[in-house]
Amino acid sequence: MDGILSLALANLTSPLILSFVLGFVAALARSDLTFPEAAAKALSLYLLFAIGFKGGVSVSDHGVDGSLGLALLAGVVLSFLLPIIGFPVLRTISGLDRTNAAVVAAHYGSISIVTFVAGTSVLESQGIASEGYMVAVAAAMEAPAILSALWLISRGEGDRRMDAELWREILLNGSIVLLIGSFFIGMITGQDGLREIESFIVSPFKGALCIFLLDMGLIAGRGLRGRGGGLSLGVVAFGIIMPLIGASLGAGTGVLLGLTTGGVMLMMVLCASASYIAVPAAMRVAVPEADAGIYLTLSLAITFPFNLALGLPIYLAVAKALTGA
Amino acid sequence: MQTHDAKRVAIIIEAPMEKRLTRALDQADVTGYSILDVKGGSGRSGRWSGAGHIGSANGMVQVVCIIRPEKLDGLLESVFSVVDKHIGVVSVSDCQVLRAERF
Repeated sequence: MDGILSLALANLTSPLILSFVLGFVAALARSDLTFPEAAAKALSLYLLFAIGFKGGVSVSDHGVDGSLGLALLAGVVLSFLLPIIGFPVLRTISGLDRTNAAVVAAHYGSISIVTFVAGTSVLESQGIASEGYMVAVAAAMEAPAILSALWLISRGEGDRRMDAELWREILLNGSIVLLIGSFFIGMITGQDGLREIESFIVSPFKGALCIFLLDMGLIAGRGLRGRGGGLSLGVVAFGIIMPLIGASLGAGTGVLLGLTTGGVMLMMVLCASASYIAVPAAMRVAVPEADAGIYLTLSLAITFPFNLALGLPIYLAVAKALTGA
Repeated sequence: MQTHDAKRVAIIIEAPMEKRLTRALDQADVTGYSILDVKGGSGRSGRWSGAGHIGSANGMVQVVCIIRPEKLDGLLESVFSVVDKHIGVVSVSDCQVLRAERF
């Protein structure tokens, strides 16, 4: 318990979390502090490139083995399963209708890459290594949950399908392309490539992440101020319970796969986080009748701050305990 | 200067639907359109802002086109097939253009 508390305290007083808190409080206080959309997109591209590249370099250092394929498969299966597990939980505690419950649940099968990036940053600050290929697992977990949501809706209201264009948009969305692309660049160029661009993608990484989390704090605070009060207690509770359910499944899977402490923690983070880019965009197109105010607010204003502030130290402490680190 | 009657159709729609809408406009023989970012606003779901968002899910765009009056019904049918179930506003207004052959 002391371990969790000290990790939580260190996490809460880190520049990353304090930057997020600054944005969150500024938005709640109705400050006119805003972040240009283009700057936010540029920062997100930088972070995705850096995290993908570093993951690729790590894989090139350690070589590719069967564990990569197993981890990818496990990630895809978990992404399918998590919404199916979350759906009845959400229906029971919130009373949301089938469509909205399925759409909200889908967000919890997919992932938040920013939470993942923050998780890797926490590991780095603790000097804990992780499997570089977890970046590829993150990319693989983006889309399957969308199918689970459509299946859950179809069971109650007739057939729901995605057209080929929507498939293409999901599978080739910018985040996935950049993450996988930079992963392969890192894998191909290895340590030599890293040395060439190290001053750009390693040293400034945390500072850039701080600024990005400041923006995320602003978005989360605005979401909470705008629609947060409209969320029922049951829905808000789901935004905190579901990450813990997901993290538990991630922990079990990580241990079964024989991942390192860092790998187990990142698998927990992936299973605990909720999408706010790929899934909401797909749901806007495929399930327009679902209330975006619920799923976006829950994912951004409840689950993301919870994972960032409290989830990460809990997941790290559990991963340490499970792997005997 | 001689001006000609035309219709200005402005469609505000969720950003993820932009390509589907512009494809419908192309199929309705619209000779051109402009796409404008919408910074934020307020509607049935409350206030929203696109500031700082990196995904398209929270954004809206406005697509504006000017057409000859006789093309209006066909265009609205095409547009409605896209926007039917989605959040958005379709408005039509009268306007004047200088070079009618371009529309």
